[in-house]
Amino acid sequence: MIANETFRAKQVNENQCNMCMPLGGVIAFKGIEGAMVLVHGSQGCSTYMRLANVEHFNEPVDIASSALNEKQTIFGGEPNLHKAMDNVLRVYRPKVLGIVTTCLSETIGDDVKGMVQKYQNARPDCQVDFIPVSTPSYAGSHSEGFWAATKAVVQHYASLLEKHQGINIIVPHISPADIREIKRMLVLMGIEHTLIPDYSMTLDRPFGGRYQKIPSGGTPTRSIERMGGASATIQFGRTCPANISPGAFLEGEFGVPLYNLPLPIGLESTDLFLKTLRELTGRTVPESLTLERGWLLDAMADSHKYNAEGLPAVYGEPELVYAFTTLCAENGAFPAVVASGTQISRLKDLIAPLFPEDEQPELIGEADFASIEEACVRSGVNIAIGHSGGKVLTERQGIPLVRVGYPINDRVGGQRILSAGYAGTLAFLDRFTNTLLESKYGTYRQRKKQELFEKGGK
Amino acid sequence: MGTNCGSSAQTVCIEERQGSIVTKGKSKSHVSCGNDSLAGSVSQRACVYCGARVVLNPVTDAVHLVHGPIGCATFTWDIRGSLSSGSEMYRNSFSTDLRERDVIFGGEKKLAECIDEIVSKYRPPAIFVYSTCVVGVIGDDIIAVCKEASRVYGIDVIPVESTGFVSGNKIVGYRAAAEALLRLIRPKEGTKIKKNNTVNFLGEYNLGGEKWIVERYLREIGIEINVAFTGDSSVEALKKAPEARLNLVQCTGSMHWLASQMEKEFGIPCLDVNFFGSENIATSLRSIARFYGDDQVSKRAEELIERETSMLRPQLERYRDKLRGKRAAIYVGGAFKAMAIVRQLNELGVEVVVVGTQTGRSEEYQTLSGMLEDGTVIIDDANPAELERFLLEKKIDVMAGGVKERTLAYKLGIGFIDHNHDRKDALAGYEGALRFAREVYISACSPVWKHLRQVLPERERQ
Repeated sequence: MIANETFRAKQVNENQCNMCMPLGGVIAFKGIEGAMVLVHGSQGCSTYMRLANVEHFNEPVDIASSALNEKQTIFGGEPNLHKAMDNVLRVYRPKVLGIVTTCLSETIGDDVKGMVQKYQNARPDCQVDFIPVSTPSYAGSHSEGFWAATKAVVQHYASLLEKHQGINIIVPHISPADIREIKRMLVLMGIEHTLIPDYSMTLDRPFGGRYQKIPSGGTPTRSIERMGGASATIQFGRTCPANISPGAFLEGEFGVPLYNLPLPIGLESTDLFLKTLRELTGRTVPESLTLERGWLLDAMADSHKYNAEGLPAVYGEPELVYAFTTLCAENGAFPAVVASGTQISRLKDLIAPLFPEDEQPELIGEADFASIEEACVRSGVNIAIGHSGGKVLTERQGIPLVRVGYPINDRVGGQRILSAGYAGTLAFLDRFTNTLLESKYGTYRQRKKQELFEKGGK
Repeated sequence: MGTNCGSSAQTVCIEERQGSIVTKGKSKSHVSCGNDSLAGSVSQRACVYCGARVVLNPVTDAVHLVHGPIGCATFTWDIRGSLSSGSEMYRNSFSTDLRERDVIFGGEKKLAECIDEIVSKYRPPAIFVYSTCVVGVIGDDIIAVCKEASRVYGIDVIPVESTGFVSGNKIVGYRAAAEALLRLIRPKEGTKIKKNNTVNFLGEYNLGGEKWIVERYLREIGIEINVAFTGDSSVEALKKAPEARLNLVQCTGSMHWLASQMEKEFGIPCLDVNFFGSENIATSLRSIARFYGDDQVSKRAEELIERETSMLRPQLERYRDKLRGKRAAIYVGGAFKAMAIVRQLNELGVEVVVVGTQTGRSEEYQTLSGMLEDGTVIIDDANPAELERFLLEKKIDVMAGGVKERTLAYKLGIGFIDHNHDRKDALAGYEGALRFAREVYISACSPVWKHLRQVLPERERQ
């Protein structure tokens, strides 16, 4: 039972499905309390990342740059990196400074760890925690950048101070609304936890109060320190490579048992999350969540026949692709195309079991939108699920798009898209079904007339 | 010199940035500009590649191939609001998607293969190949690869030398784009240029269809646009650029050098124009008419100006009443745009009290300064901390700028006018002037601010 796997056959990448590695690193750092982030590279990188984040999150997202120029590119970027650190500390007064590298600084061979060490040695009184992460764009996509930065933060702080009953929750790159929903479920269950990285308040701030250059919120570093003593780690990272897996690090270093689960998106995956929590803590699932599950079941019955007419394409970051493919499959809308701009070696083994043997999807790794579009046309896809890049599928092939993931830059509210938990799954499912209905009701009279009447009816 | 940076307890300024911030009337010195962005200052500037891409992207039937790692291409895919009357090829984003092994062993072979694939799939009339930071460091000879591909396929494969780290300043990228355009339009040696009576329109990118508005005006007064650089242009049309009689230059930052080269090489004189705001439009139409020295053209220009301004004036008056006493800040890419916005806001009775640009030149800042009242803050290459400080200190009601500034303004309870490359609606011409006025009004006077400002601290309320 193996899905048909293809790759982008061409060398050229035509209309990108993924973003660059340092971008993912930046977003992860925005989920750490008191953190600012510095991109070691040329000025443009940080500005582009700010632009992408501002458009998606609709929040100010400040990202500093060491603004390397030609001279430093030849002689090394240390003086500029140090000056950038000086200026960022002065203006932003962060508690944590994440430093992500870029293609440029990696290619010229800057030893960023060494440079940071030197900076600290010269300032023994400096209280700021510096966390450098290697994120050259040519080595991976923003998904890997996100995991790598999260792991670097955990690695920096976690220790074995004391054993405790709390649970570590490690999330992939999901929306602030999804983070809040996962936290809500944990609170409803009364479970002590540390969720990382938590950008639910830093990249989606309620309006009001004095403007803060570094918004309050984010995972407190004190809590990250205690992660080594937690009773378990739940990481929503079935597709996370082992070498950059924060959960695997905690397990290897401190023996914290790792439960690598799918994102709690869809009925079965949310069930699995709550079941795992129940087994780990002995807590019961409260009535309110059971009611939400019931509403979701009710909706699944209401819409299953409409959904069965859906032939989706799902694309984006591997973890989200896995989650939404699961959700579609459990509702009888089996995706025909499953694609990611990132490598999918881990994803492909997870996808096949979700499908009947004769309805396996076409899997595309390191995809671009040219390859996704071709596959969609080949298999008659009639709905797409993913980020705004898929607008080309709508513009060129008339395939409607249900927007989830990152970036959402042609609609408002990317930061508020909710798909996690029973409530989020229901919200997504309604959007999905209604998109199918809108497209059906918008065209069926004309189509039936063409198909049936004009072919012979009188 | 400069303003008293650091006076605010809230916002700490960086010492080295002080020369880049002056208050008109309080300081004898000029604003320091044209420097590389300071490390760690969170500049709003982009990169050389970005500058080149902005200028070339509207060439509709060309393929734009970014030679570099994936990010450079992803971040610039279809982010501009340029419209096309023909091909949509320019809205695609092609990348050579360099990986680790390419960075180690060189990316020339992959670049050549990508060009092969593009040609066999699309047969475009031209391919612009942009170099990026990494390509500059690993030393790929993109000129040689492009030359060979041009020879093999008989199309224009044009290198754009836009390696990003040369400078954080987009202007260097404008120049790289101008050189690429010159390479594209320069006739083969020995070709005789047949002159005609048309104009080229340089520095017009057809955002929201602005080129089409100006084209309609010029046609009405009896003048045809040969080709715009580069809004809604095609490779074929651009190649006919040397035939034009006159170059109109609008966005001086991006096109001044190209205009002077075209004057040298093809003997085309140039004229600065600006079609933003009714004063600028009238001045521009009149100077074009004067250049042609044709009474009919002048007469038709006057008729057009009279007809359009008499329609526009009462409508603007409505907005003037509503906007009286409002205070504005401007932070945009180039000084050309800043000046046009200052004039338009003044026409609307809005007082401009903060002006800044990413890439203004010294002489442009002097002109800008001449248009402003004493006490206005002028700032080059601002960062968010500085913008935050002056937005609050100067009690701004509405700000004009690009996407990155928008969310900051909103968080401070301040209205925001989108004046960037991704805008979808035209702001040029008389209808654009009206739309601009409406945009200022709906931004500054929206009922939402009443509710939002209630939950801001006293200091941040207007």
